[in-house]
Amino acid sequence: MTTDVLDTFPAHAEDHEHADPVATTAFGFWIYIMSDCILFATVFAGFVVLSHNYAGGPTGKELFDLKYTLGETMFLLFSSVTYGFAMLAMHKERKQQVLGWLLVTFLLGLGFIVMEVNEFTQMVVAGHGPDRSGFLSGFFTLVGTHGCHVTMGLIWMAVMMAQVMTKGLTTPVQSRLMRLSMFWHFLDIVWIGVFTVVYLTGVM
Amino acid sequence: MLGKLTLSAIPYDNPIIMGAVAFSILVAAVVLGSITYYGKWGYLWKEWLTSVDHKKIGVMYIILALVMLLRGFADAIMMRAQQAFSFGASHGYLPAHHFDQIFTAHGTIMIFFMAMPFLVGLMNIAVPLQIGARDVAFPFMNSVSLWLTVVSAMLVMVSLGVGEFSQAGWTGYPPLSELHFSPGTGVDYWIWSIQISGIGTLLTGINFLITILRMRAPGMTLMKMPVFTWTALCTSILIILAFPALTATLAMLTLDRYLGMHFFTNGLGGNMMMYTNLLWVWGHPEVYILILPAFGVFSEVVATFSGKRLFGYTSMVYATMAIAFLSFTVWLHHFFTMGAGPNVNAFFGITTMIIAVPTGVKIFNWLFTMYRGRVQLNSAMYYTLGFIVTFVIGGITGIVLAIPPADFVLHNSLFLVAHFHNMLIPGALFGYFAGYTYWFPKAFGFRLNEKWGKRGFWGWMIGFYVAFMPLYVLGFMGMPRRMVHYNNPAWHPYLQVAAIGAVIVLLGIVCQIIQLVVSIKERAETRDVTGDPWNGRTLEWSTSSPAPFYNFAQVPVIHDLDAFTDMKEKGIAYERPKEYHDIHMPKNTAVGFVIGMLAFVFGFAMIWHIWWMAGASALGMVISVIVRATSEDVDYYVPAAEVERIENQRHSQLGSLSTVDVGDQGDWEVAAPA
Repeated sequence: MTTDVLDTFPAHAEDHEHADPVATTAFGFWIYIMSDCILFATVFAGFVVLSHNYAGGPTGKELFDLKYTLGETMFLLFSSVTYGFAMLAMHKERKQQVLGWLLVTFLLGLGFIVMEVNEFTQMVVAGHGPDRSGFLSGFFTLVGTHGCHVTMGLIWMAVMMAQVMTKGLTTPVQSRLMRLSMFWHFLDIVWIGVFTVVYLTGVM
Repeated sequence: MLGKLTLSAIPYDNPIIMGAVAFSILVAAVVLGSITYYGKWGYLWKEWLTSVDHKKIGVMYIILALVMLLRGFADAIMMRAQQAFSFGASHGYLPAHHFDQIFTAHGTIMIFFMAMPFLVGLMNIAVPLQIGARDVAFPFMNSVSLWLTVVSAMLVMVSLGVGEFSQAGWTGYPPLSELHFSPGTGVDYWIWSIQISGIGTLLTGINFLITILRMRAPGMTLMKMPVFTWTALCTSILIILAFPALTATLAMLTLDRYLGMHFFTNGLGGNMMMYTNLLWVWGHPEVYILILPAFGVFSEVVATFSGKRLFGYTSMVYATMAIAFLSFTVWLHHFFTMGAGPNVNAFFGITTMIIAVPTGVKIFNWLFTMYRGRVQLNSAMYYTLGFIVTFVIGGITGIVLAIPPADFVLHNSLFLVAHFHNMLIPGALFGYFAGYTYWFPKAFGFRLNEKWGKRGFWGWMIGFYVAFMPLYVLGFMGMPRRMVHYNNPAWHPYLQVAAIGAVIVLLGIVCQIIQLVVSIKERAETRDVTGDPWNGRTLEWSTSSPAPFYNFAQVPVIHDLDAFTDMKEKGIAYERPKEYHDIHMPKNTAVGFVIGMLAFVFGFAMIWHIWWMAGASALGMVISVIVRATSEDVDYYVPAAEVERIENQRHSQLGSLSTVDVGDQGDWEVAAPA
């Protein structure tokens, strides 16, 4: 983290007990992300244990369309790249560029969510809802937990766009953008896990 | 409009429940009425409910813990009474479905709403002071944690009068806790109260980890931290690693119940043993989350009241870390009977026994600290000594249970009940009581009454043995836990003795209540003017009692493990700084309280399937968070002149003391060896 950019909270040299609040919040957020890792790990474990409990219902091979999921994945991965561009623009203090990249990121994330909701709806309509089998309960919960996180990220991003517009790139706003960045990339990594464990393994 | 909620949800026909409801409402009315009568609402709101001061948050946590201790104990004595009477032709006074709710509520309350708030409260009061910080890293989040915990306890209390509580035991094992076998709202009350408070606890864990790692006074390296802070650190790490697993597991059970999923159901591909595994992946670390801070308290108390540096500080720290690590490797010992096979059971049996090694190290450290010390038998020390003796017995019975073949015999019997009470009452609760006695003057500026404190201790100590030793015997005689009725005449006398034990504990609790009343009445006599009533060794005793809201006028510089003893020896303990500086402090905020109340409404709405209300309150919470995140007006500076004024008051008080050496006021009784 570049403290020269961010360390502009009320400057008091003797405030060493409050050393760099931006770094402290960022550290706190890292720890939160670790705890979220545990949450996902538990849900992953739940899915894996139930992943062959089809109860006479459909299997992953019958349900998953890898090309479709690859499309979803591309939306999410590119949204991470564009968020990176937003951060680069932030470090250069270019407000309009930050807003532009955040908007692109938002739309890509939204595209991912729309595709996921569409996939879920089709499965439920076809009678392959989460109440059909243990496997499908695990599937909907794992993929849905990730989707909920992405949705929260989108709400957060909308709030941040409003903050950048109204407050400008102040230190607290930059600090929040950086934490959202950590969150967004983290969700990307989790999705790689979901894609591998659920979809790739499912169609094998 | 109101989901499943109708007037028939109120159990009019049950006089015991309605009596309890009437009593709870009466107590609440008296409390609220007297606040109104004395016109204290404004004060309460400004100084407490919206406070982000860690000391006040700590006090509120402990008030919650003590109130819920009374509720949990009421459940306990009702169970003991039922089992003392419900033999042969007599069926006692409790119907089975009510008895089942009581044992479930007892466990849930004691773990989540007594022990957790108690230890978090002690951490709040002591940790920032011990490390020389002005507050925790995230004071607002601390307030959110508190209110999420409080409203969850409120949900449990509401279940008393509206609907029912779970009958599936505090661990809520499926398939019993699934919709098919528990169609009522009881399990939902259990789920949402634990879920909401669990999120509060997770935030606390993150908060204290960051506080301890980032906000220590200059010079305080990790190996110069007081042991209580070390245990708080380890507990925070355990919370961060364990509680998300509980959140996820409960969410899966919720999905089973609300959306008809099949995580833990009998049919359609569910796997109920997965629940048991996942629950204890959280549940065993939870045991150490409860016990480690108590170990920390004992370490502080034993060093202070022996007038010596803690023996083997380094080994104490490593033992704490070892226990924290090992706590994740033993969860299967809670269900050896699952049938995982001899190799798996042997592995978990051995890891369980290995935990006894670092625990034994701690016991010896405490003993050697007292050895050749000038031991002062104050009531905090009574709890410590009672703990050492009793906890060792509980540990030995734990080793018995760690042997899988023995566990197959003793599993689900009263032996188990006796064992874990034998760990948690001395291991956790006695530690919290010791901490309550030890830090009370720091929080309020006067000491607790020693005479009534010691009487309270004897009530708990003797009551514990009389109540739980018979349960070991009953376990060997084959009596299962949680029986509402039995026919075996051989069990009856033991259960009568156990009931007498519960009454003795009740006497102890009465003494503790009297202690509080007497202490407040006679506070002029026990006032702590120096801020250091026990000749303490760590930093929290270097500031005044009660500590000023900014904790330290000037952040101390640490040179030694026993930082304050070191200062006293160098004669710089009460030195005034050359000049005072402005102090940066967080502002109070109502947002934490509002989020808590909305969480209560959300939980209640989810329990009763009032979807619009759940949606509205969830939206309200999101908006509250956004409002808070958008606000920049969250902190302020205390001007140096104001700091100087407060400090002048303190130093004029200190100056009025005739004794020169303010650090060594031995004005408690030094008990002679009997």
